[in-house]
Amino acid sequence: MNIPAALFSLQNQVNAQLGGDISWVMNILFYVVFIVFIFYGQRLQTYVMIREVEGSLYKLKYIKEEGRKITIETIKEIGKPQTDPTARVDRFLEYFTISPQSLDPAGIVWKLEHILDVRDIRFKDEVKLMAPSADETQTNNLENTLEAASALNFIYKVIRHYYLLGKKTLSLYVIMQIQMILPMIMKEAEAYASALKAFAYGQPIGDGAGALVAARLMHGYEIRKLEKDCVVATVPFEGRTAFIVKAEGPGGNVGKPGDAVKQVIEENKGKIAMIVMIDAALKLEGEELGEVAEGVGAAIGGPGVDQFKIEEELLKYHIPINALVVKEDVGDAVSPLRKEVFDSIDTVIARIKEVVSERTKEGDKIVIAGIGNTIGIGQ
Amino acid sequence: MTETKATAPTTRISAFLLTIVFITLALSFAALIFAVYILEQPTEAETAWILILLGFLGVGISTYVLFQTRRRISKLKIIVPPVTTTIECKKCGFKNVREFQRGDYIFKEGENCQKCNEKTLITAIYREVKDKEKQKMPF
Repeated sequence: MNIPAALFSLQNQVNAQLGGDISWVMNILFYVVFIVFIFYGQRLQTYVMIREVEGSLYKLKYIKEEGRKITIETIKEIGKPQTDPTARVDRFLEYFTISPQSLDPAGIVWKLEHILDVRDIRFKDEVKLMAPSADETQTNNLENTLEAASALNFIYKVIRHYYLLGKKTLSLYVIMQIQMILPMIMKEAEAYASALKAFAYGQPIGDGAGALVAARLMHGYEIRKLEKDCVVATVPFEGRTAFIVKAEGPGGNVGKPGDAVKQVIEENKGKIAMIVMIDAALKLEGEELGEVAEGVGAAIGGPGVDQFKIEEELLKYHIPINALVVKEDVGDAVSPLRKEVFDSIDTVIARIKEVVSERTKEGDKIVIAGIGNTIGIGQ
Repeated sequence: MTETKATAPTTRISAFLLTIVFITLALSFAALIFAVYILEQPTEAETAWILILLGFLGVGISTYVLFQTRRRISKLKIIVPPVTTTIECKKCGFKNVREFQRGDYIFKEGENCQKCNEKTLITAIYREVKDKEKQKMPF
């Protein structure tokens, strides 16, 4: 609403009804407000935005502190460390990873893979030092818990940076940048807060939809370990031989599906009729939670190393690839598995059967890869 | 940094905001009392009504702001949704649904079945969210 116009109209009404001294005071008041809004309108808007960001910052600080507290309590409970892990946890929350230089992009995937491997090993070692009594599954869950706490810490610091910068410069444009995307950031922070508990308790999360499909298909069959925290089972499927691949559960783990799928293809000398990948995908507002969509391409998120490796193999042996995704929003993807997503697993399996029957012949070999964090999902 | 120190400012209401609210509240009450006092003089009736209007407006706004601040504080908690575990008997199909316990995972073998004494299996772990009635959208 145009404030000066509204005030002007109000002033006219008061003038008409009261007249005299009050009318004169209202006149002065109107001009004062008008002049103030002309010169300080933007400044006032900045203050309003700063207050709004400040409110969210309080909430973020609370979530971050709670995350840290939950992480320390879980480490103490599961890991039974001899010394207080607080200082080590605080140090972990500040860890960073520098991505490789991309001025000359040739070979960057391998550099990125190396950096990620080093990071993974470092994280695992740190967790083992913090929680010496934790078994492998618990170590993986604790690593995920720490990563969620670290993400919350990072979000808080970035918002605080823009808030303080906005307050210091009183620039509308500095504070506006963060105020505009604040609802999405808060949603993400709340999702991570919810994920913390799920990781600490080892509950399955929404991102595990793909892994759950693979687990359903391979359960009861002989399971063999593959490259880097993945497993495979050879399963008869609609008259075909299916190699079902997933990350090894039930600990919080995504494995290296790129290497696992590559290994299966190489073991079969490229004689694979089709690859089907299943993953959770971000839904758009208005789409139903647990909706299943079908397409082509490597359905896998993350930094891109695994996707690259799978695509290289596809190209080498000219293997067609199909993808099935289960739609979820960011909150559902990292928080405990929703019933809607769980119920969609049957639909996904029915769709895989359809795709395989329509696009391959009996006796063919196929690869079905369930992608995602397998926390709380065995095999 | 101790935990108490770290969490204390989170729940604190801005002192500046509180001061403004209480000053507004005090001035509004003063205006109301003054209005009642001058209402007794028939010549000043118009001024009295204006003061009553301003007084109620001030009381209303400050109460609303205080209520909003209180609501913001009460919202500050991480909600842990209830998660259920479904255990099924492979032989007789007996189903048992209970609250999730640490160590549960899908396809974990559980205790023996209450009915046929066969091994049970955890077949589902999920949370059910009762969505608020969705607003009808034309698209």
